[in-house]
Amino acid sequence: MALTADVTGKNAKAAAPRRRPRTRVLSVGDKLFLAVLIGVPLLALLAFVWLPALASVGISFTQWDGIGLSSIHWVGLQNYKNIFTNYPPFWPAVEHNVIWMVFTALVPTPAGIFLAYQLDRKIRFSRVYQMAIFLPVVLSTAVVGFIWEIVYDPDHGLLNSVLGTNNPSGKHYIDWLGDPHLNLWAVLVASAWRHTGYVMILYLAGLKSVDPSLREAAAIDGANGRQTFLRVIVPAMKPINVTIIVVTVMESLRAFDMVYVLSGNNGSKQGLELLSLLITNNTVGESPRPGYGSALATVLLVVSLAAIVTFLVQNFRKERQA
Amino acid sequence: MSRGPITDRRTLLRGAIGGAGLLLASPALAACGKSNASSSGSGGGGSQVTFGSDGSDPTPRKAYGALTSAYTAASGMQVRTNTLDHNTFAQQITAYLQGTPEDVVTWFAGYRMQFFAQKNLLHPIDDVWAQIGGGFSDAAKKLSLGLDGKAYFVPLYNYPWGVFYRKSLFAAKGYQPAADWDSFVALCAQMKKDGLSPLAAGFGGGDSWTNLGTFDYLNLRINGYDFHMQLMGGKAAWSDPRLNAVMDHWRQLSPYLEAGASGRKWQDAAQSVFDKKSGMTVTGLFMGQAITDESLRDDMDFFAFPAIDPTHGQDAVEAPTDGFVLSAKAKHVDAGKKMLEWIGTSAAETVYAGVDPSNVGASTKADTSKYNALQQKSAQMIASAKYITQFGDRDSDPGFISAVVEPGFAQWLASPDDGASTLKKIESQRSQYFTS
Repeated sequence: MALTADVTGKNAKAAAPRRRPRTRVLSVGDKLFLAVLIGVPLLALLAFVWLPALASVGISFTQWDGIGLSSIHWVGLQNYKNIFTNYPPFWPAVEHNVIWMVFTALVPTPAGIFLAYQLDRKIRFSRVYQMAIFLPVVLSTAVVGFIWEIVYDPDHGLLNSVLGTNNPSGKHYIDWLGDPHLNLWAVLVASAWRHTGYVMILYLAGLKSVDPSLREAAAIDGANGRQTFLRVIVPAMKPINVTIIVVTVMESLRAFDMVYVLSGNNGSKQGLELLSLLITNNTVGESPRPGYGSALATVLLVVSLAAIVTFLVQNFRKERQA
Repeated sequence: MSRGPITDRRTLLRGAIGGAGLLLASPALAACGKSNASSSGSGGGGSQVTFGSDGSDPTPRKAYGALTSAYTAASGMQVRTNTLDHNTFAQQITAYLQGTPEDVVTWFAGYRMQFFAQKNLLHPIDDVWAQIGGGFSDAAKKLSLGLDGKAYFVPLYNYPWGVFYRKSLFAAKGYQPAADWDSFVALCAQMKKDGLSPLAAGFGGGDSWTNLGTFDYLNLRINGYDFHMQLMGGKAAWSDPRLNAVMDHWRQLSPYLEAGASGRKWQDAAQSVFDKKSGMTVTGLFMGQAITDESLRDDMDFFAFPAIDPTHGQDAVEAPTDGFVLSAKAKHVDAGKKMLEWIGTSAAETVYAGVDPSNVGASTKADTSKYNALQQKSAQMIASAKYITQFGDRDSDPGFISAVVEPGFAQWLASPDDGASTLKKIESQRSQYFTS
């Protein structure tokens, strides 16, 4: 009895230090600290993200000139009706956003992955190539826009001067940014120039973290370069692949500053309409229409949410199956 | 007035921040705006006045600097100037006037001033006009009145639009300025035959407003001032059959427009005239700001846009007027009024014109002895005009013009047809802008 009591006593003594930290976590100071830690960002999130987002959805059902609250009129779904039926730049903008996303997924993203894979093989001057390809990513997109504006200028631009197509009265005159059949592709090339470097650096970081023994094992099993890449490296890089897909979709939906610069501060340039530009056009300016702009923003919000939710659901479903 | 595309990262960010600020801050700011607008004329004294300027380009900036320091010298009043980028200023003016604006602010005459006056964002200055009224023509006075009949604006200068060309080129090729439509089209055809691009044009992206000059003049010459102003004010339909003739005449000019116009800036279009690659261009006197070699200025000339319908002849001149308003939320109302009174004198005009010679003083008492030939001719043309219009985007709702009309015309000019579908598209969106 005494022995067992002693043992339990010992046990109790031994257990006590383990239990004590748990009570300390719940102390008043800690609670306060946690409340601040969680509460402040939560409040900030509510105030700066959700409140404006919801207010924007609310305003999208009104007509308003932005001056005084008394001039707000409730118009129901009128703005949406106008957008879908009677706003010439809307459908081109949707189309261009889709083209942007497909192009970015099909051209610069694989190009970046390809370059990363090549650079990872420790070729000579690897660092120089890395730097050269990554350089545009360091610049802000607006600055990239200014650079390409100089390249594309029809009269004095680099491209037309090199091609000899800079004479307006000549036979061949290429108006890179003015021609509505051409300008979107010209801008996409500029965007791809930057995006390739971005994807490359992300992928390169991933490749560095792949366990070298995987490659060795693949080599011992007799796999060639292509097989090693597709069957071993790509599956091992799943987190990076997911990141790149998310980044690509995000960049396509939020495409704005480069086009804003290349279309001369005017989103309504034919051939270069994008949803983000139409929103800005209608909400910023001398006679703003916050109601109409908010309706456009809500459309973009719904599209973005649809894309993100679809992606997440698919991704988690695969995860569960695996 | 120099509406070059001043784009940089800062502009972009300011624009974005301004936009966000507008959305977030409007209700609160508007609320104070109302109470302030009624309790006018309170804080008056002090020895300083604040000045909000959109003269961010080098020439206007220097000219406004000369203006304010001359005022300080004349009155002992300190002027604190806040200069904002020109295009950003116009984009943010709505939020700016509801926030904490400077006392005296640069702005445009006509519809765009009247809009803010109607929204109680400007301070009436009838007492200023009682002092300065004698120095201005009736047309200038009319441009300074709000819809309620009170004065809100003090004009400083204006500049006419016309058909600009190089004298030496015309002399060498034996071209004559065209007074009517047929000779204008014939002149264009002749220039094309001579290997020139007849009409220089640059309406790339943000410069699509430059198209409005041609449209305004065609409409003024074909349908007259009254119809044009009704159309601009949102009172006439854009599907009105009278506009078909305008589009038809414009289509006749389209083969003579310089190639690549939709990707070019107006400054580059001007350069093509300076280089004698293009024969003419329809633009404003501000074209002179693109001149870098002063000897070129003497070789520039212009003629009035040709007459089309003899009933209207050339009776209207497009001459946008720039000047100053007093913001409704001004902190130094009396000091601001005193400054406006001084700006309304011919002495102030002389100071400004001494630095920036690409405008014409708005005051009838302005000193014209130092004017160059272009200014002389401009002043004459404006003085003899029966009607003075401001410009497409100043006589009308600027949102409607920039979001609907400008892109519509830019798109149409890419493949000009009879224009009916373009007009229909514009008309279908008109009601969204002109409701209140």
